[in-house]
Amino acid sequence: MKTYDIVIIGGGPAGLAAAVSAKRSGTDSILILERDKELGGILNQCIHNGFGLHTFREELTGPEYAGRFIEQVEELQIEYKLHTMVMDISSDKIVTAMNSTDGLFEIKAGAVILAMGCRERSRGALNIPGYRPAGIFSAGTAQRLVNMEGCLPGRKVVILGSGDIGLIMARRMTLEGAQVQVVAELMPYSGGLKRNIVQCLDDYAIPLKLSHTVVEIRGKERVEGITLAQVDETGRPIPGTEEEYECDTLLLSVGLIPENELSSGMGVALSRVTSGPVVNESLETNIEGVFACGNVLHVHDLVDFVSEEAAAAGRNAARYVQSTDDASRGGGPLVEIRAVDGVRYTVPSGINVERMEDMQTVRFRVGGVYKNCFVSVYLDEERIQHRKRPVMAPGEMESIKLKKEELLKYPDLKVITVKLEEG
Amino acid sequence: MYDVIIIGAGVSGCASARELSRYQARICVLEKAEDVCCGTSKANSAIAHAGYDAPTGSLMAKLNVQGNRMMERLSKELDFAFQRIGSLVVCRDEEEMPNLQALYDRGVANGVEGLRIVGKEELRRMEPHISEDAVAALYAPSAGIVCPFGMNIAFAENAAVNGVEFRFDTSVQGIRKTERGWLIETDKGQYETRCVVNAAGVYADTIHNMVSGHKIRITPRRGDYCLLDKSAGKHVSSVIFALPGKYGKGILVTPTVHGNLLVGPTAIDTEDKEGVNTTREGLDQVLRKAGENVKDLPMRSVITSFAGLRAHEEHHEFVIGEVEDAAGFVDCAGIESPGLTASPAIGVMVAGIVRELLHLEENQAFVGTRRGILNPQELPVEERKQLIRDNPAYGNIICRCEMVTEGEIIDAIRRPLGAKSLDGVKRRTRAGMGRCQAGFCSPRVMEILARERGKNISEITKAGGGSRLVVGVNKDAL
Repeated sequence: MKTYDIVIIGGGPAGLAAAVSAKRSGTDSILILERDKELGGILNQCIHNGFGLHTFREELTGPEYAGRFIEQVEELQIEYKLHTMVMDISSDKIVTAMNSTDGLFEIKAGAVILAMGCRERSRGALNIPGYRPAGIFSAGTAQRLVNMEGCLPGRKVVILGSGDIGLIMARRMTLEGAQVQVVAELMPYSGGLKRNIVQCLDDYAIPLKLSHTVVEIRGKERVEGITLAQVDETGRPIPGTEEEYECDTLLLSVGLIPENELSSGMGVALSRVTSGPVVNESLETNIEGVFACGNVLHVHDLVDFVSEEAAAAGRNAARYVQSTDDASRGGGPLVEIRAVDGVRYTVPSGINVERMEDMQTVRFRVGGVYKNCFVSVYLDEERIQHRKRPVMAPGEMESIKLKKEELLKYPDLKVITVKLEEG
Repeated sequence: MYDVIIIGAGVSGCASARELSRYQARICVLEKAEDVCCGTSKANSAIAHAGYDAPTGSLMAKLNVQGNRMMERLSKELDFAFQRIGSLVVCRDEEEMPNLQALYDRGVANGVEGLRIVGKEELRRMEPHISEDAVAALYAPSAGIVCPFGMNIAFAENAAVNGVEFRFDTSVQGIRKTERGWLIETDKGQYETRCVVNAAGVYADTIHNMVSGHKIRITPRRGDYCLLDKSAGKHVSSVIFALPGKYGKGILVTPTVHGNLLVGPTAIDTEDKEGVNTTREGLDQVLRKAGENVKDLPMRSVITSFAGLRAHEEHHEFVIGEVEDAAGFVDCAGIESPGLTASPAIGVMVAGIVRELLHLEENQAFVGTRRGILNPQELPVEERKQLIRDNPAYGNIICRCEMVTEGEIIDAIRRPLGAKSLDGVKRRTRAGMGRCQAGFCSPRVMEILARERGKNISEITKAGGGSRLVVGVNKDAL
């Protein structure tokens, strides 16, 4: 059985950044396992620009952004295998994978970085009634067909869900010659970034109907039309508000689900809120030496933050495999980070103050739209941060930073609380 | 001139075709869809019923028990998935215990073996997630679960290998008596045959009424279902029925042979023989009632919902036999639940009737076994490694949720009556049937279908007919 210090599951933006960072942190023996035909993951089908504003201070397309990291992987001579599906990871970090050339094989990993990304919620998960004709695609599937296969999935389009991929696809389908009639969103606010609503819908005069959902799909062979209806506060359709649309295509952009079947198979504990692993400050899961980053950990809106998070996971994994003393390897006491009052979750959800880096980023999402609220951080009862934010929405990830030197001043610290407070 | 034309390539038509291929005859199956298993046979509870439901003495009861008994051996001969996991009919009201007892008595009279009424405690040991209200249940160890696609496709492939012809996308428009037999008008031309088997599912009345003065009526009775993720697949270990009673028929909860959990169906009569659309009311009813007998159902794990139409005949009985005023025309109609279970016995019965009518001789060359699509996940590791060395396509995963390889998909396309569409591949290999519901794999399966079938990707359909998946190329309308 071959052995690597670090095996990275997934060669998308998270896996690439984690690999580069681990290598730069002094670990040489690294292997990336990627199921697709090339590195870069879902970025390869994101041909629009807007990537890299934080990381590279310039606007890149998805493939260009991925390319920057792939170049580094090549330069650093990090090993990777393409067309390779990881079938199983055991709790003692034996990775079973398969491809056409090596067949079914096992690798012993010193540390594992989970970077498998996420999948799209399907129509089935929403239980939209109606027929099951051709022409219903998740937005990402349509994106792949259009941007990688050059195929037009439809000509008259309705989009359900205002997730970022749906918004991007509203513009893309329009540019490719389709007529995008409307984007309907179940919630009273959009699930996507404000900038995407402006650049992808407003600029093309595509209406966004908030608090609306699809209540019927017509067409037995191919979609012929759908019915939208307004919903009440509980999300139930309001009778009498139905509007019929003729269309041949329904795109769904109704949420992303971290893809953690491998993680749960090896015993990694998952959060009910994020559907991603529960991690500490090192982005390490409940299994020592198993780290997670990117969309498999929690769904991000900007790839720049994925890269940043993954770089931390890479550093931490390298430290883990290089260190000999137990204290810096893993385990040890954790200070819980509690997400309350409008804060849905935090990543990480616990911190080992001794082990943390000088500055720790804690990412979170809010549960609704909040205007002129404060993000507050409490160390036990004492408030140490109180920052005003003009607008916060579920579609935009937020973060706070914690300083190690500040936390060290509280040797008996039990709980860090992150919450929203009125002005 | 055919000896036998079977109308309909559902499970009863294909079972009949397979049984008839034991005899020397020219046989053809006409199917209006692009593939076998496209109607009632593909959307049902996928259960091998024990046989206590149907009235004692009815054909339904007899063929149910017979079909159930044949299932094990047949599943090995024809290589489809079947598991005898037993069923429980749950009684939640002491007052209804006489009904449970009546069901037991009827089962015994029908010849169902091993029936037993289990009390609260035992029931809870058998099924820890059973409702707190459950007071007792009828346990039927002979009940099981089956892959409905697998069984239907196995019958068809085996029939085809034994010489039965299949004509897809061929819809019967009219049937006329001729001197030598019957002339069948279709949208693809005329077919002459000595004998007709009407296995047209919800259309069996339409077909029957073309030739007979004694009209029958089949009402499509829609059943809505929800399918849950494999993570919920072990929530129950046997088929859980509700005792029919003053609360109505109830919703069943069952594992599937693929490891998912299935809940449903509703029972909503409709006029539309193509009305396989789920409705809000139907799905709500499934979600609401599913929890009555089984607690803590993780309904958040629903990965898809679907509806099927039962071919409900007004007397709720199988109508199998030569039609009185139409010599050489054999009905196989009203095949609703337990039709899937009964289908092996239905096939034998229909073949017997036709054999007598036409005095058919045995086909000495008949091959009674069939190998299904190889599932590498069932192989020992070393054999799987060898398989990939021999054929690298078995090392290439296409459907990541169900771990289906390119090798399996190619097999599904190339074998007799092979898959032509995305749904055809799905029913044969499970590619696209998992939790992402074909989000990731459909472009790749489309590519493989196009390559194997020598077609352009724009010609690939979801399920034949007008169900094309892409409508053109980028910017073609600009």
